[in-house]
Amino acid sequence: MSSALPTMTEDAKLSSAQMAWRAAQDIRDGAYVNLGIGFPEMVARYQPPGRQAIFHTENGILDFGDAPEPGKEDWDLINAGKKAVTLKPGAAFFHHADSFAMVRGGHLDVAILGALQVSEHGDLANWRVGSKGVPAVGGAMDLVHGAKQVCVITEHVTKTGEPKLVEKCTFPLTGVACITRIYTSFAVIDITAGRFVLREKLPGMSMEQLQAQTGAKLHIEEPVGDLVTPAL
Amino acid sequence: MDKRSANAAEAISAIEDGAVVMIGGFGGSGAPIELIHALIDKRPRNLTVINNNAGNGRIGIAAMIDAGMVAKMICSFPKSSDPRAFTEKYLAGEIALELVPQGTLAERIRAGGAGIPAFYTPTAYGTELAEGKPIAEFDGRPYVQERWLKADFAIIKADSGDTHGNLTYNKAARNFNPLMCMAAARTIVQVSRLVEAGGIDPEHVVTPGIFVDRLVQVPNPQQEEAMIRAGMQYEGGIYP
Repeated sequence: MSSALPTMTEDAKLSSAQMAWRAAQDIRDGAYVNLGIGFPEMVARYQPPGRQAIFHTENGILDFGDAPEPGKEDWDLINAGKKAVTLKPGAAFFHHADSFAMVRGGHLDVAILGALQVSEHGDLANWRVGSKGVPAVGGAMDLVHGAKQVCVITEHVTKTGEPKLVEKCTFPLTGVACITRIYTSFAVIDITAGRFVLREKLPGMSMEQLQAQTGAKLHIEEPVGDLVTPAL
Repeated sequence: MDKRSANAAEAISAIEDGAVVMIGGFGGSGAPIELIHALIDKRPRNLTVINNNAGNGRIGIAAMIDAGMVAKMICSFPKSSDPRAFTEKYLAGEIALELVPQGTLAERIRAGGAGIPAFYTPTAYGTELAEGKPIAEFDGRPYVQERWLKADFAIIKADSGDTHGNLTYNKAARNFNPLMCMAAARTIVQVSRLVEAGGIDPEHVVTPGIFVDRLVQVPNPQQEEAMIRAGMQYEGGIYP
């Protein structure tokens, strides 16, 4: 660790908005993108100037836009999270079988999903914590198959400090060997041949610090970049 | 040819105890509220209901569950902003649940309508929702066999319909509706606007009339999400 770099404080990490900003930088102009319900939806806010992705929602819209003004909602025009949306010029409606053909059929460029756990083999757990209560899966198990890049955006560790990047998921699986890239509050990590390969990390964090908060070995194939974002 | 019914009660009158019923909609968008409420007035029991969700608030499918009409739900996401009706019955062991991933649910319904008894999908491979299902490898990747899904009845909300049953939908309210129209032995549709044959441009038809059996006009239909936000509940008998 170079002493010229600022010291990593214990709680220094990217904010949710900064994670979303970083993920957005990898989405090219004109890409077809599905953002998971909740936190991943924030990625849409940080598209770089001059780039416009086309967003897909499972319930049957391509190229939807922001929420309408309060009071202007049309409840037949909603996204998969059942929030009211608007349309952009060039939008299209389609039924559910076509919508999931777009997903499984390899037509989406990028899917970005939340995670409870991701394993070094690319397994994802993100739909339920245990076997209690009412189970609900929605489109989670479909969305992990088919897109050219299936990414996760997540805090690096849980609120209690447990690693979310692990050797083997302990929560019920959403999909097996499906995740290709992870954007966390500390790092950008690819999954290649059953290994976590570190691409970028917070400049103030040492390899040892990062490895200590990761539940499986981090591999390095080429120089690790600095994970630097605007203040958001 | 004229597939019109006089009213919602007549349109759903053939649905009896024990029927398997597909109900269109995704959350509140595309939910055929007037047909559902007419069905609650008739009150057949021991129904199997197929929908993406399992009701919200105290109206629509939630009101069917509250009325004790539903023995089993086949759905992908039995949660909502107010999931009391399903949750209470499920946790009490009074309603069965077959949980199906959303895209698999859509494709099973499509397969049912298309005469394809089973298909293979990557979805759910290696998860608890694939347990007990046949697995096969194609081009080096494992896939899960899923079976078609058919129903005795589908009850559907569309925007415009003509007397032949040709349909158009309103925005994202299309969702599961064209698939369910295909997959049921008898498809019953409420439309906001009912026109004579020729009143819909053939280029604009989304569901061809061959998939539709009965139509009833419900001008200015209720929208489920708007009703829930207004705190409405169904008390019976208001849709004669």
